[in-house]
Amino acid sequence: MARRPDIQREGDMDLSFLDEVRAVPGGEKIVDCIQCGTCSGSCPTSYLMEDSPRNLFYKIRAGLRDEVLKSPDIWLCTSCYMCYVRCPKNIKVTDIMYALKRISSKERFSLQWRGYHLAKSFMSVVNRDGRNNETELLLRFFLKTNPFGLIRNSLIGLRLWLRGRMPLSRHRIRERKKFRAIIAKAESLSAM
Amino acid sequence: MSETYWREYLYYPGCSLHSTSKSYDESSRAVCQALGAKLVELEDWNCCGATAYMGIKELTAFTVSARNLALAEKTGKEIIAPCSGCYVGLNKTNNYLKEFPDVGKKVNAALSEGGLQYNGTVKVRHLLDVFTKDIGYEKVKQFVVKPLEGLKVGCYYGCQIVRPRNEIDDPECPETMEALLKACGAAPVDFAMKAFCCGGSLMGTEETIGLRLVKNLLHSAFRSGIKILVTPCPLCQLNVDAYQKRAGKKYGMEFNIPILYFTQLIGLALGIEPKKLGIGREIISAHEALKPYL
Repeated sequence: MARRPDIQREGDMDLSFLDEVRAVPGGEKIVDCIQCGTCSGSCPTSYLMEDSPRNLFYKIRAGLRDEVLKSPDIWLCTSCYMCYVRCPKNIKVTDIMYALKRISSKERFSLQWRGYHLAKSFMSVVNRDGRNNETELLLRFFLKTNPFGLIRNSLIGLRLWLRGRMPLSRHRIRERKKFRAIIAKAESLSAM
Repeated sequence: MSETYWREYLYYPGCSLHSTSKSYDESSRAVCQALGAKLVELEDWNCCGATAYMGIKELTAFTVSARNLALAEKTGKEIIAPCSGCYVGLNKTNNYLKEFPDVGKKVNAALSEGGLQYNGTVKVRHLLDVFTKDIGYEKVKQFVVKPLEGLKVGCYYGCQIVRPRNEIDDPECPETMEALLKACGAAPVDFAMKAFCCGGSLMGTEETIGLRLVKNLLHSAFRSGIKILVTPCPLCQLNVDAYQKRAGKKYGMEFNIPILYFTQLIGLALGIEPKKLGIGREIISAHEALKPYL
């Protein structure tokens, strides 16, 4: 019988992506997924997703790597952990969503999503000062992704500032040098 | 007010308590002092990594978080986080380093670059847990001088204080904060959305989702007859407070439900001056709802 090119056979599936996800702490249980959909049904943002967690998990197991990593859905996870506590197979769904965010940003699939840029800006501020500075974080993020958002939210920012909730000075840790050395070492270890 | 303390805790305020949730810091310190629990701020603490860091780098996120645990370990005390995000960040790191020893080894190798080491002996706790388990409802009751009689308060837990599963409370239907406020004389009112998501950082990245989630929970609180909300989470407070009017406008509703930190209401019941508790820093003013008790 001639093979239909549009139908993928189980034996031909690329399982390397599944292995990649399984290698993440907390990701090993993804193979237990029974596709019940409890995660998607519990998700506060799945109403706007194209795939939702259940389908993403299905695609991971089917080896549809690029499709999963390009999906905007992975950046809609708010880390509310509702899926995580409800999963009947005790799969750490939220942790797997984190893993997808990481792989997707590492391979530059995520550059188009705002969630990625917020996380990235957050990381830069923390790496430099040891602490987050909400005012700077928001300035950086909006300037990069959505300058209009800065104008739109300026009144809220002003109201917060008037109530002493948006300080303009930044808080830094004392041992910044050592802190950066620790980070540099962690980065080199994770590259291994 | 007692000058002798019955217990000392390591206090990890986290970044938000120095900016958008200053009133949480002010009220936590004031109330703990009044109840005789000493909070000693962890020396030179750094950011917990929140939810954002984990989305870009894993090992580095664990390491950043573990630096705080290593600093805390030297003191031999329990570390107390008032912020739910910090609590999850630190607690998760603590558990994962034990569950996945390979990660633990790498984290320690990185920490040693800064002359630190973590052996996994620290206990991470949320401030609410200290109130309910260590201080206890009875003790709070004894210290109440201005009972919040008849105050219809809704306890909004948010996500990360009860999930992933922990020892604080039930992951979907928590009740400890209600019991705490009852001890203060208030009349807590249950509402369906009390442990649902406020949108978190999505309010910045995908505002339409954030506004919808905030609208859902305010609508649920409103229909239950709630006059004021309390929360143990800085991001929940910020989203519900600062974006309340915008969320209402978008859905053709008018909300006017102030949201404070649970420590602010306890402080009020203990007779602490409102200004010392940071009451007045909220955008949706709590003055009207709290008038009889101020």
